[in-house]
Amino acid sequence: MSKLICKCGHVNPEGSELCQACGRTLTEKAAKRKTNDVMRYEGMARRSQTYHASVIDKVWNFFSSVKVGVWLIVITLVASAIGTIFPQEFFIPQNIPAIEYYEDRYGIAGKIYYVLGFHDLYGSWWYMLLVAAIGTSIIIASLDRGIPLYKALKKQRVERHDSFLKRQRIYSAYEAKGSLDTLNRLSEGLKKRRYKVRVENGSLLAEKNQFSRWGPYINHTGLIIFLIGAMLRFVPGMYVDEMLWIREGETQIIPGTDQEYLLKNEGFTLETYQEGDSEVFDETIQRTGAIAKNFQTDAILYKKDENAIAGSTDNITEVDHHAIQVNVPMKFDQFALYQTDYIEDELYKMSFTMDSKETGEPVGSFTVDLFDPNTSGVYELNDGYAVEISGYYPDFSGFDDGEPQSVSPLPNNPAFLFNMISPEHPDGEVAFVAIQQNLEPLGENDYEISFNGIETRDISGLTVRKDLTLWILALGGAIFMFGVIVGSYWNHRRIWIKTDADSHLYAAGHTNKNWYGLKKDIAPAFEYAGLDQPDDHQELKESKGNAKEEDESGTTREHK
Amino acid sequence: MAQLASISSTLLYIAFLLYLVATVFFAGSIKSKKHTNQTGKNRWATIGITITLIGFASQLGYFFTRWIASGHAPVSNLFEFITFFAMMLVAAFIIIYFIYRLHILGVFALPIALLTIAYASMFPRDVSPLIPALQSDWLAIHVSTVAAGEAILSVSFVAGLIFLLKDIDLSKGGKQVFWLESVLFGIILVVGFVLSATVFSVAGYESEFTFINADEAETVVQYSMPALVTPNEGELITEGAFSTGLEMHPLVNASRLNTVIWSIGVGIILYLLIRLISRRKVAALFQPLVKKANLDMLDEVGYRSVLIGFPVFTLGGLIFAMIWAQIAWTRFWGWDPKEVWALITFLFYAAFLHLRLSRGWEGNRSAWLAVIGFVIIMFNLVAVNLIIAGLHSYA
Repeated sequence: MSKLICKCGHVNPEGSELCQACGRTLTEKAAKRKTNDVMRYEGMARRSQTYHASVIDKVWNFFSSVKVGVWLIVITLVASAIGTIFPQEFFIPQNIPAIEYYEDRYGIAGKIYYVLGFHDLYGSWWYMLLVAAIGTSIIIASLDRGIPLYKALKKQRVERHDSFLKRQRIYSAYEAKGSLDTLNRLSEGLKKRRYKVRVENGSLLAEKNQFSRWGPYINHTGLIIFLIGAMLRFVPGMYVDEMLWIREGETQIIPGTDQEYLLKNEGFTLETYQEGDSEVFDETIQRTGAIAKNFQTDAILYKKDENAIAGSTDNITEVDHHAIQVNVPMKFDQFALYQTDYIEDELYKMSFTMDSKETGEPVGSFTVDLFDPNTSGVYELNDGYAVEISGYYPDFSGFDDGEPQSVSPLPNNPAFLFNMISPEHPDGEVAFVAIQQNLEPLGENDYEISFNGIETRDISGLTVRKDLTLWILALGGAIFMFGVIVGSYWNHRRIWIKTDADSHLYAAGHTNKNWYGLKKDIAPAFEYAGLDQPDDHQELKESKGNAKEEDESGTTREHK
Repeated sequence: MAQLASISSTLLYIAFLLYLVATVFFAGSIKSKKHTNQTGKNRWATIGITITLIGFASQLGYFFTRWIASGHAPVSNLFEFITFFAMMLVAAFIIIYFIYRLHILGVFALPIALLTIAYASMFPRDVSPLIPALQSDWLAIHVSTVAAGEAILSVSFVAGLIFLLKDIDLSKGGKQVFWLESVLFGIILVVGFVLSATVFSVAGYESEFTFINADEAETVVQYSMPALVTPNEGELITEGAFSTGLEMHPLVNASRLNTVIWSIGVGIILYLLIRLISRRKVAALFQPLVKKANLDMLDEVGYRSVLIGFPVFTLGGLIFAMIWAQIAWTRFWGWDPKEVWALITFLFYAAFLHLRLSRGWEGNRSAWLAVIGFVIIMFNLVAVNLIIAGLHSYA
């Protein structure tokens, strides 16, 4: 490894642009670069700028490049935007194949969208790869820059070579001002502005807010922690996403909790705003119609006792009892239950009467629980009358070969085969009863069943969520935010003053950003020392838009 | 309460007028011969900023009286949100103004705030109750922080626009001239929208169509402007109303497209009129205003606004957004279009900062990036709600 030996005698590592001791430029190339570019990392040697030979070097150099990083960001940005043109697969109805949905609804454009995989863009391998590449870029680019920068800023010499000062954007040389008194006054003035001031051999270094330079590295650390948290989602046990459909009055095991917890739905409520609730809302309600006010499931949470039998709802203890609303989940253990959906008025119970056709009078009535019909026993009515259910078809769809069919176990269209027992017919008469349908398959009956009312109930749709990655994401987010604030709201400012035997005084200033702020900040100190304000040597030329700024960069600016 | 709501509206109206007056004073301040660098003390500017402050106080009055009247932070629909965004834009302008005392910023920032309020007023303005998903303290926290962040970022657009108006040589032509003129044309389109919407609303124009929507159900749609395009199998049911009978695909929201066509039409006419009368590019009309502008200072103001606005936006648009999404929607992130566009905004400004910090994109390029950033913000603010359906489509 070749070292760069500066004229001042300091030995700098290969790749350095500025001497770490005196600040002289070390290479021709460095001398030609813009001051701002050289000063960004204090002219330190960076791995990516120094080694280019091996494969590792090449990978390192690729990911350490900000240009590559920005391209990765831009590609991710454009891809993300494309993903919002049509709805993603998880937003479309689940009952039709996605390919048909996109093609039917959006035509050829929809088909192309589907075929190219944009319907599941954010879960696609190449999108994940992009995010992973950004993560890699963040890590490598930060190490490549952060470590040299840290080394440089930790051991700064007070005295710098004239050429270093001259290169700075804020720079002035003063004749016959280089006295100890001026230096002291500057030092005093800058200290008042909370600069940390060091004076050595007639030179002065004033510095403030160096920590703001660590902002980018802090926020990058936060981002990496966040990305790690997002990856942990895929570790089994870290994440639960289940749906619990629970009817009013039901008690069910909460999925995802290893059968440990149960929930009872005490009732679901849907409220809408009414005209007159608040006079200011009336106009909107008249314009748009009903507006939902509240979705609520009153719930009791139970925990199963330790020795309870799996799958049973006995031996349970109440743990919690309150309403689950949108924005107010029920939290327990590491879980949360959210009110996310509902179905109103599902059929629950049906009431019937058994009537004598002759008199038209009912001889008795009974109620069938559609979820638990008494198919093995009988519904006893009075005076020797009774009804047996010999067949129950909760979701009746028609007859197949004379047999009634049910397409699902849900009571969407209940139908029954009743056996009506009466003193006249102790073996019973058979009647088939469905909604708006009454058949007598075995011949004319003396009795009939008629419909006498229904009872309905609502179903709450609750999302069961456990996410053990949240705290990592929160930590990453907090560190990121802290880093962004540190890096954005503070500026690293430095002033170098040098005096020589001919009582010249040289003043130079540098900041990582916000140059007006720097100038305003140091003005009182210079005034106090009886010096003119140092010159700002970079005024943006009127580039007329067409000129490239890089071209107008001078290495060392001309000073009088 | 109804009375309070009406006081609230009046206060917004007063704020609007005061911003208008303040703009005139700021314009006066940059004409003043005494102050060539357009910063520092200047009587016109002092009056301008004072009126701006009074206007801002009046708009704050609008905001809080409406809050009291409705019982929730008035940021729950497009009118309220965009109005709030305009208020934050004025606030951001005031803050940046007091840091840099750059008078010319007022000449451009205030008209953009004015146009934003006018635009917001074209949406239904009545006070609406909150749906369950919005009933949370996070509504005020999340939305106000997002709006504040976006508004501060928008100041960089204002600074960038002024920069470009001065920097670009209009006589030479070329891409930059074309795009600069396009940006100004875009602003004129918004004027076109406000103008046509106001004219038809004052005239009381309204028509109704029945039509078959994408789910093949028959629905009714209202048109507030004469129908240049009609919905799928649309039948005009208002007697005497205008219709071309030009049917659109069921996926196209024909009523909104109709509004867009009117706005573009009126916008183009306005633009052509300006060009015909002045016989110059619109950008050229602004050049006398920016003649004395200091490019260096504008560049720094633009950059500074991004530096101040980016953390605020990140906090509101991503972090607070994720916290609330976890509470209300069970997950902190769900690829809802509004979420994705917040991410896009974040990524864009992240790229902006990297280009500026590490690759030295200053001046002209930085100004263009600020303009693009503003376009993205506006897209997320308006288009995502109106065009792309998602969880955030409240208005």
